[in-house]
Amino acid sequence: MTVEAVTGREPAVFDIVDESDLIRVRKVLRTEAEATGLNLVDTTKLITAGSELARNILNYATGRRGRVSIEQVSRQGRRGVQATFCDDGPGIDDVDLAMTDGFSTRGSMGLGLPGARRLVDDMTLTSAAGRGTTVVIVKWQR
Amino acid sequence: MTEDVVPVMRIGDTLLVALQGDLDDTTVIRIEDQLTREIARSAATGMLIDVSRLSVVDSFIARVLARIVAMVRLLGAQAAVVGIQPAVAITLVELGVPMGHLDTALNAEQGLALLERLRRGDTGTGRP
Repeated sequence: MTVEAVTGREPAVFDIVDESDLIRVRKVLRTEAEATGLNLVDTTKLITAGSELARNILNYATGRRGRVSIEQVSRQGRRGVQATFCDDGPGIDDVDLAMTDGFSTRGSMGLGLPGARRLVDDMTLTSAAGRGTTVVIVKWQR
Repeated sequence: MTEDVVPVMRIGDTLLVALQGDLDDTTVIRIEDQLTREIARSAATGMLIDVSRLSVVDSFIARVLARIVAMVRLLGAQAAVVGIQPAVAITLVELGVPMGHLDTALNAEQGLALLERLRRGDTGTGRP
Protein backbone atom coordinates (compact mmCIF):
# COMPACT_ATOMS: atom_id res chain seq x y z
CA MET A 1 0.00 0.00 0.00
CA THR A 2 1.44 3.30 -0.98
CA VAL A 3 1.72 6.21 1.34
CA GLU A 4 1.32 9.52 -0.41
CA ALA A 5 2.30 12.97 0.68
CA VAL A 6 -0.59 15.34 1.08
CA THR A 7 -0.16 17.71 -1.82
CA GLY A 8 0.16 21.41 -1.29
CA ARG A 9 1.94 21.01 1.99
CA GLU A 10 5.68 21.15 2.36
CA PRO A 11 7.23 18.76 4.87
CA ALA A 12 8.88 20.45 7.85
CA VAL A 13 12.55 19.51 7.66
CA PHE A 14 15.15 20.49 10.21
CA ASP A 15 18.33 19.35 11.91
CA ILE A 16 18.38 17.81 15.37
CA VAL A 17 21.54 19.08 17.04
CA ASP A 18 20.59 19.92 20.60
CA GLU A 19 17.77 19.44 23.05
CA SER A 20 15.94 22.59 21.98
CA ASP A 21 15.26 20.68 18.75
CA LEU A 22 13.43 18.06 20.80
CA ILE A 23 10.97 20.75 21.80
CA ARG A 24 10.67 21.73 18.16
CA VAL A 25 9.98 18.13 17.11
CA ARG A 26 7.18 17.92 19.69
CA LYS A 27 5.74 21.26 18.62
CA VAL A 28 5.70 20.48 14.87
CA LEU A 29 4.26 16.99 15.51
CA ARG A 30 1.48 18.56 17.60
CA THR A 31 0.67 21.10 14.88
CA GLU A 32 0.53 18.44 12.16
CA ALA A 33 -1.39 15.95 14.32
CA GLU A 34 -4.02 18.56 15.13
CA ALA A 35 -4.24 19.65 11.48
CA THR A 36 -4.70 15.99 10.48
CA GLY A 37 -7.44 15.46 13.02
CA LEU A 38 -5.74 12.89 15.24
CA ASN A 39 -7.48 12.56 18.60
CA LEU A 40 -5.80 13.63 21.84
CA VAL A 41 -4.49 10.19 22.83
CA ASP A 42 -3.05 9.52 19.37
CA THR A 43 -1.54 13.00 19.27
CA THR A 44 0.10 12.43 22.65
CA LYS A 45 1.44 9.03 21.57
CA LEU A 46 2.87 10.43 18.33
CA ILE A 47 4.58 13.36 20.08
CA THR A 48 6.04 11.06 22.73
CA ALA A 49 7.33 8.59 20.11
CA GLY A 50 8.92 11.48 18.22
CA SER A 51 10.52 12.78 21.37
CA GLU A 52 12.06 9.36 22.08
CA LEU A 53 13.43 9.00 18.54
CA ALA A 54 14.83 12.54 18.48
CA ARG A 55 16.55 11.87 21.79
CA ASN A 56 18.01 8.65 20.34
CA ILE A 57 19.73 10.81 17.73
CA LEU A 58 21.20 13.11 20.39
CA ASN A 59 22.36 10.07 22.38
CA TYR A 60 23.67 7.74 19.68
CA ALA A 61 24.31 9.45 16.36
CA THR A 62 27.80 10.44 15.34
CA GLY A 63 28.31 14.07 16.27
CA ARG A 64 25.00 13.79 18.13
CA ARG A 65 23.18 15.17 15.14
CA GLY A 66 20.60 14.09 12.65
CA ARG A 67 17.66 15.31 10.66
CA VAL A 68 13.91 15.02 10.87
CA SER A 69 11.21 15.45 8.26
CA ILE A 70 7.57 15.71 9.32
CA GLU A 71 4.63 15.72 6.94
CA GLN A 72 1.00 14.85 6.49
CA VAL A 73 0.42 11.73 4.40
CA SER A 74 -2.52 9.76 3.12
CA ARG A 75 -3.18 6.13 2.28
CA GLN A 76 -6.41 5.01 0.68
CA GLY A 77 -8.11 8.20 1.69
CA ARG A 78 -6.99 7.98 5.30
CA ARG A 79 -4.81 10.74 6.60
CA GLY A 80 -1.91 10.54 8.95
CA VAL A 81 1.29 12.16 10.11
CA GLN A 82 4.66 10.73 9.11
CA ALA A 83 7.98 11.58 10.69
CA THR A 84 11.33 10.43 9.33
CA PHE A 85 14.38 10.55 11.59
CA CYS A 86 17.77 9.94 10.04
CA ASP A 87 21.37 10.17 11.12
CA ASP A 88 24.81 9.23 9.83
CA GLY A 89 25.64 7.48 13.06
CA PRO A 90 27.37 4.16 13.60
CA GLY A 91 24.22 2.35 12.55
CA ILE A 92 22.67 -0.55 14.37
CA ASP A 93 24.36 -3.96 14.09
CA ASP A 94 21.38 -5.99 15.13
CA VAL A 95 18.08 -4.28 14.41
CA ASP A 96 16.00 -7.06 16.01
CA LEU A 97 18.01 -6.78 19.21
CA ALA A 98 17.69 -2.98 19.26
CA MET A 99 13.93 -3.38 19.00
CA THR A 100 13.87 -5.58 22.10
CA ASP A 101 12.52 -4.11 25.33
CA GLY A 102 15.25 -3.52 27.84
CA PHE A 103 18.14 -3.74 25.41
CA SER A 104 20.49 -0.78 25.65
CA THR A 105 24.13 -0.12 24.92
CA ARG A 106 24.05 2.94 27.12
CA GLY A 107 22.74 1.84 30.49
CA SER A 108 19.37 3.43 29.83
CA MET A 109 16.10 1.57 30.20
CA GLY A 110 16.25 0.56 26.55
CA LEU A 111 12.71 1.69 25.86
CA GLY A 112 13.38 4.12 23.02
CA LEU A 113 12.85 2.02 19.91
CA PRO A 114 10.46 -0.70 21.14
CA GLY A 115 8.55 1.91 23.14
CA ALA A 116 8.20 4.22 20.16
CA ARG A 117 7.01 1.31 18.01
CA ARG A 118 4.17 0.56 20.42
CA LEU A 119 3.01 4.18 20.28
CA VAL A 120 2.61 4.48 16.52
CA ASP A 121 0.75 2.55 13.81
CA ASP A 122 3.68 1.96 11.44
CA MET A 123 7.37 2.02 12.12
CA THR A 124 10.19 1.00 9.84
CA LEU A 125 13.84 1.04 10.76
CA THR A 126 16.58 0.89 8.16
CA SER A 127 20.14 0.62 9.32
CA ALA A 128 23.47 -0.99 8.68
CA ALA A 129 26.69 -0.79 10.62
CA GLY A 130 28.55 2.33 9.50
CA ARG A 131 25.74 3.60 7.31
CA GLY A 132 23.50 5.45 9.71
CA THR A 133 19.94 4.82 10.75
CA THR A 134 16.59 5.92 9.36
CA VAL A 135 13.40 5.47 11.32
CA VAL A 136 10.03 6.26 9.77
CA ILE A 137 6.91 6.42 11.94
CA VAL A 138 3.30 7.03 10.96
CA LYS A 139 0.21 7.63 13.06
CA TRP A 140 -3.09 7.33 11.19
CA GLN A 141 -6.36 9.09 11.81
CA ARG A 142 -9.01 6.78 13.32
CA MET B 1 23.72 29.50 43.57
CA THR B 2 21.29 27.96 41.16
CA GLU B 3 18.20 30.04 40.66
CA ASP B 4 14.76 28.56 41.14
CA VAL B 5 13.04 27.33 38.01
CA VAL B 6 9.58 26.52 39.39
CA PRO B 7 7.46 28.24 42.04
CA VAL B 8 6.91 26.07 45.11
CA MET B 9 3.89 26.60 47.35
CA ARG B 10 3.70 25.46 50.91
CA ILE B 11 0.44 24.10 52.38
CA GLY B 12 1.04 23.17 56.00
CA ASP B 13 3.83 20.59 55.99
CA THR B 14 3.51 19.90 52.28
CA LEU B 15 5.26 21.50 49.34
CA LEU B 16 3.23 21.78 46.17
CA VAL B 17 4.91 22.26 42.85
CA ALA B 18 3.10 22.54 39.53
CA LEU B 19 5.04 21.74 36.36
CA GLN B 20 3.92 23.27 33.10
CA GLY B 21 4.95 24.04 29.58
CA ASP B 22 7.11 22.03 27.23
CA LEU B 23 10.08 21.12 29.40
CA ASP B 24 13.50 20.61 27.90
CA ASP B 25 15.94 18.19 29.54
CA THR B 26 18.06 20.89 31.16
CA THR B 27 15.02 22.48 32.78
CA VAL B 28 13.86 19.07 34.07
CA ILE B 29 17.26 18.47 35.69
CA ARG B 30 17.23 21.95 37.22
CA ILE B 31 13.77 21.31 38.64
CA GLU B 32 15.08 18.07 40.16
CA ASP B 33 17.96 19.96 41.82
CA GLN B 34 15.69 22.70 43.08
CA LEU B 35 13.09 20.36 44.58
CA THR B 36 15.71 18.25 46.33
CA ARG B 37 17.24 21.37 47.90
CA GLU B 38 13.81 22.73 48.73
CA ILE B 39 12.67 19.64 50.66
CA ALA B 40 15.90 19.62 52.68
CA ARG B 41 15.77 23.34 53.42
CA SER B 42 12.09 23.54 54.31
CA ALA B 43 11.98 20.37 56.39
CA ALA B 44 8.55 19.74 54.87
CA THR B 45 7.26 16.22 55.37
CA GLY B 46 5.62 15.87 51.99
CA MET B 47 5.74 17.00 48.39
CA LEU B 48 3.11 16.93 45.68
CA ILE B 49 4.25 17.25 42.10
CA ASP B 50 1.34 18.39 39.96
CA VAL B 51 1.79 17.40 36.31
CA SER B 52 -1.76 18.18 35.16
CA ARG B 53 -0.47 20.88 32.85
CA LEU B 54 2.08 18.68 31.13
CA SER B 55 0.58 17.47 27.86
CA VAL B 56 3.58 15.26 27.12
CA VAL B 57 5.69 13.19 29.51
CA ASP B 58 8.33 11.18 27.68
CA SER B 59 10.58 8.50 29.20
CA PHE B 60 13.19 11.06 30.26
CA ILE B 61 10.76 13.28 32.18
CA ALA B 62 9.11 10.20 33.69
CA ARG B 63 12.46 8.87 34.86
CA VAL B 64 13.38 12.17 36.50
CA LEU B 65 9.97 12.36 38.22
CA ALA B 66 10.59 8.89 39.68
CA ARG B 67 14.06 10.01 40.79
CA ILE B 68 12.67 13.10 42.52
CA VAL B 69 10.16 10.98 44.44
CA ALA B 70 12.94 8.57 45.46
CA MET B 71 15.15 11.42 46.67
CA VAL B 72 12.36 13.04 48.64
CA ARG B 73 11.84 9.71 50.40
CA LEU B 74 15.55 9.43 51.17
CA LEU B 75 15.29 12.84 52.80
CA GLY B 76 12.62 11.47 55.10
CA ALA B 77 9.53 12.93 53.46
CA GLN B 78 6.75 11.51 51.30
CA ALA B 79 6.11 12.49 47.69
CA ALA B 80 3.39 11.85 45.18
CA VAL B 81 2.80 12.74 41.55
CA VAL B 82 -0.69 14.13 40.97
CA GLY B 83 -2.83 15.04 37.99
CA ILE B 84 -1.36 12.84 35.26
CA GLN B 85 -3.44 13.52 32.14
CA PRO B 86 -5.34 10.43 30.92
CA ALA B 87 -3.67 10.60 27.48
CA VAL B 88 -0.26 10.83 29.17
CA ALA B 89 -1.06 7.85 31.42
CA ILE B 90 -2.08 5.72 28.43
CA THR B 91 1.07 6.74 26.57
CA LEU B 92 3.41 6.00 29.49
CA VAL B 93 1.94 2.54 29.97
CA GLU B 94 2.35 1.68 26.27
CA LEU B 95 5.82 3.19 26.20
CA GLY B 96 6.68 0.80 29.02
CA VAL B 97 8.00 3.29 31.56
CA PRO B 98 7.84 1.61 34.96
CA MET B 99 5.81 4.00 37.13
CA GLY B 100 3.94 1.43 39.21
CA HIS B 101 6.01 2.09 42.32
CA LEU B 102 5.17 5.80 42.30
CA ASP B 103 2.50 7.11 44.62
CA THR B 104 0.01 8.98 42.47
CA ALA B 105 -3.34 10.69 42.91
CA LEU B 106 -5.94 12.13 40.60
CA ASN B 107 -5.52 15.71 41.81
CA ALA B 108 -3.84 17.82 44.47
CA GLU B 109 -6.68 17.42 46.96
CA GLN B 110 -6.56 13.63 46.80
CA GLY B 111 -2.78 13.90 46.83
CA LEU B 112 -2.86 15.71 50.18
CA ALA B 113 -5.05 12.95 51.60
CA LEU B 114 -2.67 10.33 50.19
CA LEU B 115 0.35 12.02 51.80
CA GLU B 116 -1.52 12.12 55.09
CA ARG B 117 -2.07 8.36 54.90
CA LEU B 118 1.58 7.77 53.94
CA ARG B 119 2.77 9.86 56.88
CA ARG B 120 0.69 7.69 59.19
CA GLY B 121 2.22 4.63 57.57
CA ASP B 122 -1.22 3.57 56.41
CA THR B 123 -0.85 2.54 52.79
CA GLY B 124 -4.51 1.55 52.54
CA THR B 125 -4.19 1.25 48.78
CA GLY B 126 -3.62 -2.47 48.63
CA ARG B 127 0.08 -1.83 48.14
CA PRO B 128 2.63 -3.76 50.21
